[in-house]
Amino acid sequence: MSENQAAVSAENPQFYLTEDHHPENSTMLGFWIYLMSDCLMFAVLFATYAVLGRNYAAGPSPADLFDLNLVAINTAMLLFSSITYGFAMLRMEKGDQSGTLKWLAITGLFGLAFLGIELYEFHHLILEGATPQRSAFLSAFFTLVGTHGLHVTFGCIWLVTLMVQISKHGLIEANRRRLMCLSMFWHFLDVIWIGVFSLVYLIGVLG
Amino acid sequence: MFTNSNLMEFIFGRLSWSSLAFTHDPIILMTFIAVMIGGTAVLGAITYFRLWGYLWNEWFTSVDHKKIGIMYVVLALIMLMRGFADAIMMRLQQAIAFGDNEGYLPPYHYDQIFTAHGVIMIFFFAMPLVTGVMNYVVPLQIGARDVSFPFLNNFSFWMTAAGAVIIMMSLFVGEFARTGWLAYPPLSGADYSPGVGVDYYIWGLQVAGVGTTLSGINLVATIVKMRAPGMTMMKMPIFTWTSLCTNVLIVASFPILTATLVLLTLDRYAGTNFFTNDLGGNPMMYVNLIWIWGHPEVYILILPAFGIFSEIVSTFSGKRLFGYASMVYATVVITILSYLVWLHHFFTMGSGASVNAFFGITTMIISIPTGAKIFNWLFTMYRGRIRYEVPMLWTIGFMITFVIGGMTGVMLAIPPADFVLHNSLFLIAHFHNVIIGGVVFGLLAGINFWFPKAFGYKLDDFWGRISFWCWLSGFYFAFMPLYVLGLMGVTRRVNHFEDPSLQIWFVIAAFGAFLIALGIGAFIIQLVVSFLRRDQLRDLTGDPWNARTLEWSTSSPPPEYNFAFTPVVHDHDGWYDMKRRGYIRPVEGFRSIHMPKGTGTGVIISALSVGLAFGMIWYIWWLVGLSFLGILVVSIAHTFNYNRDYYIPAETVIETENARTKQLAEQA
Repeated sequence: MSENQAAVSAENPQFYLTEDHHPENSTMLGFWIYLMSDCLMFAVLFATYAVLGRNYAAGPSPADLFDLNLVAINTAMLLFSSITYGFAMLRMEKGDQSGTLKWLAITGLFGLAFLGIELYEFHHLILEGATPQRSAFLSAFFTLVGTHGLHVTFGCIWLVTLMVQISKHGLIEANRRRLMCLSMFWHFLDVIWIGVFSLVYLIGVLG
Repeated sequence: MFTNSNLMEFIFGRLSWSSLAFTHDPIILMTFIAVMIGGTAVLGAITYFRLWGYLWNEWFTSVDHKKIGIMYVVLALIMLMRGFADAIMMRLQQAIAFGDNEGYLPPYHYDQIFTAHGVIMIFFFAMPLVTGVMNYVVPLQIGARDVSFPFLNNFSFWMTAAGAVIIMMSLFVGEFARTGWLAYPPLSGADYSPGVGVDYYIWGLQVAGVGTTLSGINLVATIVKMRAPGMTMMKMPIFTWTSLCTNVLIVASFPILTATLVLLTLDRYAGTNFFTNDLGGNPMMYVNLIWIWGHPEVYILILPAFGIFSEIVSTFSGKRLFGYASMVYATVVITILSYLVWLHHFFTMGSGASVNAFFGITTMIISIPTGAKIFNWLFTMYRGRIRYEVPMLWTIGFMITFVIGGMTGVMLAIPPADFVLHNSLFLIAHFHNVIIGGVVFGLLAGINFWFPKAFGYKLDDFWGRISFWCWLSGFYFAFMPLYVLGLMGVTRRVNHFEDPSLQIWFVIAAFGAFLIALGIGAFIIQLVVSFLRRDQLRDLTGDPWNARTLEWSTSSPPPEYNFAFTPVVHDHDGWYDMKRRGYIRPVEGFRSIHMPKGTGTGVIISALSVGLAFGMIWYIWWLVGLSFLGILVVSIAHTFNYNRDYYIPAETVIETENARTKQLAEQA
C-alpha cells in the first residue's frame, strides 16, 4: 500500500514512450522454441524405440543387423558437417561471403554423404528382409532413424536455398539471422544423432 | 498399357461415386442440400456485394493479429454449429432408442457422430476460440503492435481452417472415424477401420496441429519478447499469464500428438507394427502417448478461461484481483502438474496399484491450485462493488458449475472409484461439466467482455442474459441426468438401450440439450440485434466497462497499429494505474509506424495442404505429389521475399488520432 502511495505521489510518471520502441528480435527465441518442440517429437520416437525396441517378433535383432563400422563412418560425416558449419559461421562473422559459401557447400556435401550412407544401410537391411513391417523393433528403428534422415534432407534443401539467397543479397542482417537458425537446426540434428548412435546402435550391438 | 479401371484408380484413388455419403443416407442428403443452399447464398451474396477483393485484401491475407483473432472466433462459432448438431442428434437418438424402437441412427452412423462431435468440439471449436481470443487480446494487453511472427500467425490460422475443411469434407465425401475422439488402436488400425474415416481424422488433426503448434510458438515468443517497457513478468495481466502457460503447454504437448499420429499413420499406410496386436506391436503405447498430449490439452483450454474470469471478476468488482501472485503461482503449478497426471485416463488398463496411486495422488493435488483460484475470485468479489453485467453472470455461473465438475473429478481421481465409473456416463457428465462450465462459459464471458473492444459497440444485454440462463439451466438439465445414469452403470457411446426405466433420464437430458440450443440461438440473436442497434450500443471511450488492463487504453476498435505510442507500465493493472494517476492522452508528436505487410502465402499453403490431405485419404498419389511439391515451392519462394514491412505514414497516424481526439472531446 505504502509503495503505491509513493508511486502516486511520484512526479510526472511517464505512461508512454515518445520515441520508437524496438522490441528485441524474437526470431532466435522462436526458433529455439521450435527446436524444442521438434525435440519432443524425437522424444516420442526414442520412447517408442525404448518400449518396442526388443520386440523382435522372432525376427532379426540389432546385433544381427547393424554394422558398427559403417555407422561410425556415417556418424563422422555428420560430426564433420557440424564442424564445417561452424567454420562457415566464423567466416560469416568476418563478413567473408565467398568463404561462408565455400564452407556451407562442404557442409552440404557431408550432409549428402551422411544421407547416402544411411540410404545404403536401409537398402541393405530391406534386402535382407529386415523391413519396417517385420517387427515392432524394426518399425521403431526405421521411423526414428528415418525421421532424423528426413530432417537432414530438409536441412540440405534449406542450406541450398540459403546459399542462393546469400549469393543474391550478400551477408545482410536477414541472411545472417537465417544462417544462425540453420546453424542451430544443424547442430540440433547432430545432438539427436548422438542419441540415435548411442541408444540404437551402440547399445543395440554391444549392450 | 493402362486398362480403363487402372486409369480410374490412378486418377481417383479409392474415391468413387458410392463414396458420396449423401447418396445413401437421407439425413446426410438433407444436410448436404441445406449446406449447398446456404453456401450458395453466402457465396452469391459476397459476389453480389463485390466483397471478394475486400475479404482477400483486408482479412484473408492480413497479418494483423486482431483480424486473425476475429477470423479464429468466426471459424470456431461455425464449427460450434456443426458440433452441436451432432450433440443434439445423439441426445435425440438416446432419448427414443429404447426396446423395440431402434431410433433413427444406426450404429454405423451414430459412431461417426460421437467421434465427430468430440473431435470438432475440442479441436475446431474450443481450440480456435481460445486461440482467437488470445490472439486478439494478448498483444493489446502487453502494449505491443503485433505478435512476434505476424506471417506465421496468418499461416497458423489458415492451417487450422484447412483442418476444419478436411473434417467437414468427411461429412459428404466418404465417412468419418467410428473410433471415438482419440482413435485408440487396434480399433483405429488398418485391420478394424479399413475405410477412410480414420484417415480423415488423422489428416484433419495433423494439418490443424501444424497451425496450433506454430501459433503456440508465436505467442510464447510474443509474450516473452514484445511486452511494453516496465511490464515485468509479475506485472503482466493475469490473462496474459494464463495465455503464456497455455502456449507453453501447446508447444510442449502438440508435438507429442503429431508424432503419435505419425506412428498411427505408418501403421495404417506402411504396414508397420507400432500399435498392432501382432509382430511386437503394443496398443497401450498409443494410449499412453495420446494422453501425454491429451491431458495437457484440457489445461490448454481451461487456463485461458481462468485468465478471462480473473480479468472480469476484478473489473466488475471494481477491485484489484485478490492474490495476484498466488494466482500466477497456481497457474504455473497447474501447468507443471498437467504433465504428471495422464495415466488417470486409463487406471483400468492394469498398470498396477503403485502406478495408479501415484497418478491418483497427483490428480488430486492439481485440485489445490485450482481451488486457490476459486477462493481468489471469491475474495476479489468480497466487499467489491459488483456490477452484474453479462460477463459477470457467466463468471458466477462458472464458479458454481465448475466446483461441481471439480469435485466429481476428484471422485474419478480415486483409482478404486474409477474402476466403477470409468467409461460410464458419469465420466461424460464430468468432463462436459468442466469443459462447458469452464471453457465454454469462459469464452462466452470473454466474447461479451471484449466484443466492444473489437467492434466498438457493446453486445445487447437482454439477449445476452437470455442466452446465459438458457445455457446455464440447459447445462444442468443435460448433464445432471448423465451423472445419475453413470452411477447406475450406463456406459458411454451406446445407441440403443433395453431397460425402459432409464429412459426418463435421457429425455431430461435431451430437454437440456434443447435448452442449450435456445442458448446458442439467443447468442446468435444477440449478435444480430447488437449489430442492428450498434448506434445505441456504441462505445466511444474505448473503455466501456471501466476496466483495468492496457487493451482498454486505446480506441475501440483499436487502430491497425494498436498504440500510437508504446505504453509504459508501472503496475499489473496498467490502465487502471494510468487512469488513477491522471494519464493524459498525447495529442501530438505522432510519427510514422513500422508494420508488417499482408501476404497470401498462408492461404495458398493451407489450400495445398487440403489437397495433400485429400490425396492421402483417398490414395490419390499424383495429388499428394503435386501438393507436396507445391507446398515446398511456395514455402521456398516465400523466403525469397525480403520486403515484408512498410511504414504507416505519420499523416495517417495523425489523422486517425485526431479523429479519436475529436470523438473523446464530444463525449466529454
